[in-house]
Amino acid sequence: MFDFDRLTIDDVSRYYGRRRALSHVSLTLHPGQLVALLGPNGAGKSTLLGVVATLIRPSVGSIHYGDHSDKEASAGLRAQIGFLSHDLQLYAELTARENLELFAGLYGLEDPASRATEALDRSGLGSRADEVVEGYSRGMCQRLALERALIHDPRLVLLDEPFTGLDETSAQVLTNRLRCLKDAKRIVLLATHDLDVADGLVDRSVILKRGRMVELDGGSGPLRERYRAALREEGSLPMPDKS
Amino acid sequence: MANFFKIAWLVTRKDIRVETRSWEMVSTTLFFATSCVLVFSFAFVREGRPIEGAAAGIVWIAVAFSGTLALGRAFERERYQDAMRGLLMAPVERAAIFLGKLLAIVLLMAVVEAVIVLFVTFTFRAPLFRFPGYLVALLATGTIGFATVGTLFAAMLLRTRSRGVLLPILLYPVTFPVLIAGVGGTVALLQSEPNLDLVRFWTALLVLFDAVFLTLALWTFEPVMTE
Amino acid sequence: MMAMSTRTFGGLLCVAGAMFITAPILIASAPYESTMGLVQKIFYFHVPSWIAMFLAVFICGFSSAVYLFKEKPAADRLAVAAAELAVLFGLMGLVTGPLWAIKAWGVWWQWDARLTMALILELIFLAYLLLRAYGGPGSEKLSAGLALFGMANVPFVYISVNVWRTIHPTTNVLPSLSSSAPGMFGPFVWCMVAFLVLFVVMLTARVRLEEQRGRLEQLYLALER
Repeated sequence: MFDFDRLTIDDVSRYYGRRRALSHVSLTLHPGQLVALLGPNGAGKSTLLGVVATLIRPSVGSIHYGDHSDKEASAGLRAQIGFLSHDLQLYAELTARENLELFAGLYGLEDPASRATEALDRSGLGSRADEVVEGYSRGMCQRLALERALIHDPRLVLLDEPFTGLDETSAQVLTNRLRCLKDAKRIVLLATHDLDVADGLVDRSVILKRGRMVELDGGSGPLRERYRAALREEGSLPMPDKS
Repeated sequence: MANFFKIAWLVTRKDIRVETRSWEMVSTTLFFATSCVLVFSFAFVREGRPIEGAAAGIVWIAVAFSGTLALGRAFERERYQDAMRGLLMAPVERAAIFLGKLLAIVLLMAVVEAVIVLFVTFTFRAPLFRFPGYLVALLATGTIGFATVGTLFAAMLLRTRSRGVLLPILLYPVTFPVLIAGVGGTVALLQSEPNLDLVRFWTALLVLFDAVFLTLALWTFEPVMTE
Repeated sequence: MMAMSTRTFGGLLCVAGAMFITAPILIASAPYESTMGLVQKIFYFHVPSWIAMFLAVFICGFSSAVYLFKEKPAADRLAVAAAELAVLFGLMGLVTGPLWAIKAWGVWWQWDARLTMALILELIFLAYLLLRAYGGPGSEKLSAGLALFGMANVPFVYISVNVWRTIHPTTNVLPSLSSSAPGMFGPFVWCMVAFLVLFVVMLTARVRLEEQRGRLEQLYLALER
């Protein structure tokens, strides 16, 4: 089964005519790392996640999953990627259980029904598993969507603002889940606006502004302060440190 | 290989399931199709008698118009909540997703066409059921051809501005051969002395069209859906 | 063609110009066709424009396929240029056809098989241009898909329209080339070559325009760095 031990984003740029969505982004991630992707709206976070997920082709540069490049992107590679976009990618007319069973089936998992039940228990949605998703609150949808994205236990986890609309409890549940993913040696790339929650979790932070990337120093102090400081220094950005 | 068809079937089954929750697409498309036929009735029925040979054309126009509506609606569902990208992430050849959606559309259109044919038979007094086998073959091959091109175009326009009006603009010219063949065959069937050789010819042409364009669509689905 | 030097381009442009200027002389001196007289002479422009359209359709289709599967931007530039020429030469054919028809038979349009086919192809490539104009970013790939489907459609359009027309034949059918007198061959070839040279010149110019546009965009992108 296809697996990889690091993710390398190699000088990736994505242009739409004159608009630069991404510009010379380079980053390497290892298993057990959780990297936060920060930045204002429209900075290119979703685009970067889309490129890493093989849904968008870079205009320049490449992504390497272990030794395999994105040019050879295959179905096997997608089996190791879990992608949760900002819109939750759920079918509102189906129940939670049906949504999960569908994706378990699409990912070729044995016994989709029991995998779905496990996921429902993990997310605490077991009691409402057979209601249609249309009736769920935002927080419940988010929990379900996360389970959908992780149901096949992928190596690489890409999350686009998963904390949006979550209440305190749900956010805590998500944080714990992310910690488990780190412990399980998954590679997690997380785009978020929620700097306080991300603070305890992240190993590294990277800011995108107008498609360009800057790495935050792993210095002391809360993430929020370092983020603001980095944005203030816009004019004289240090060169990103390719680790 | 078996996985490919399994995934396609999962997608189709999902569409059927989603539809059976609300029946929205079936009911609205059926209503639209019958309205379409009625509009043509007012245009082509004079003094209580339908114009000669109008029935065949009306069946296929109703199929084309209601098919376009259904296609737009089917993919709106995938657009909502970015569901299509969730499907595209599945670890299978992406063309399987296309096939699943195609099957679902064809099933829907089969239901709608059954009603259209019945309705036209009554309002236009057209002997459409004289040779049911030939009629079904024509409608099936024509629908598959129309739906193949339509599903690909609707999927490809998913993230496009002005997709509502662009779909018919792209779809109709490319499917003119399907409509010509379908109408031609149906006319030949409805003649007072039906020309079955001609019906067979048009059906064969449709089969060829379906084979070529299904292959093309399966081939181009992935490149066209990757941004 | 992309690597054509300015001198070659200028040379071809002059050749095309010269050929078009002398064409009316040749056409006027060609023999009259037996049944239709003067009106028939439009075919010296009508048929070559149609052939040019066909050529454009196939160039667009093939380069679209290359763009879809190999993602070479040069292929997309060629496809756009070819699509515009398909629409342009198609329009020429669709204007000259009815002009001929109205003078020869008194009706503007009688669903002649070849004209109908040209109309369908014209619509497909007009749709291509509309998609590129209004489809927003990413419409290059989508229009490539359309062009490929359009090109694959050519034999089906041909067969279906032809068989459809033979069921309802009319007496007014545009004569085929083989029915023309030998004196017409020379002028016809002259006009054909003139159109082909013009086609190459226009295609090159249009591709060059796209190349410059691409370069301009790259400059903008480099500027913001």
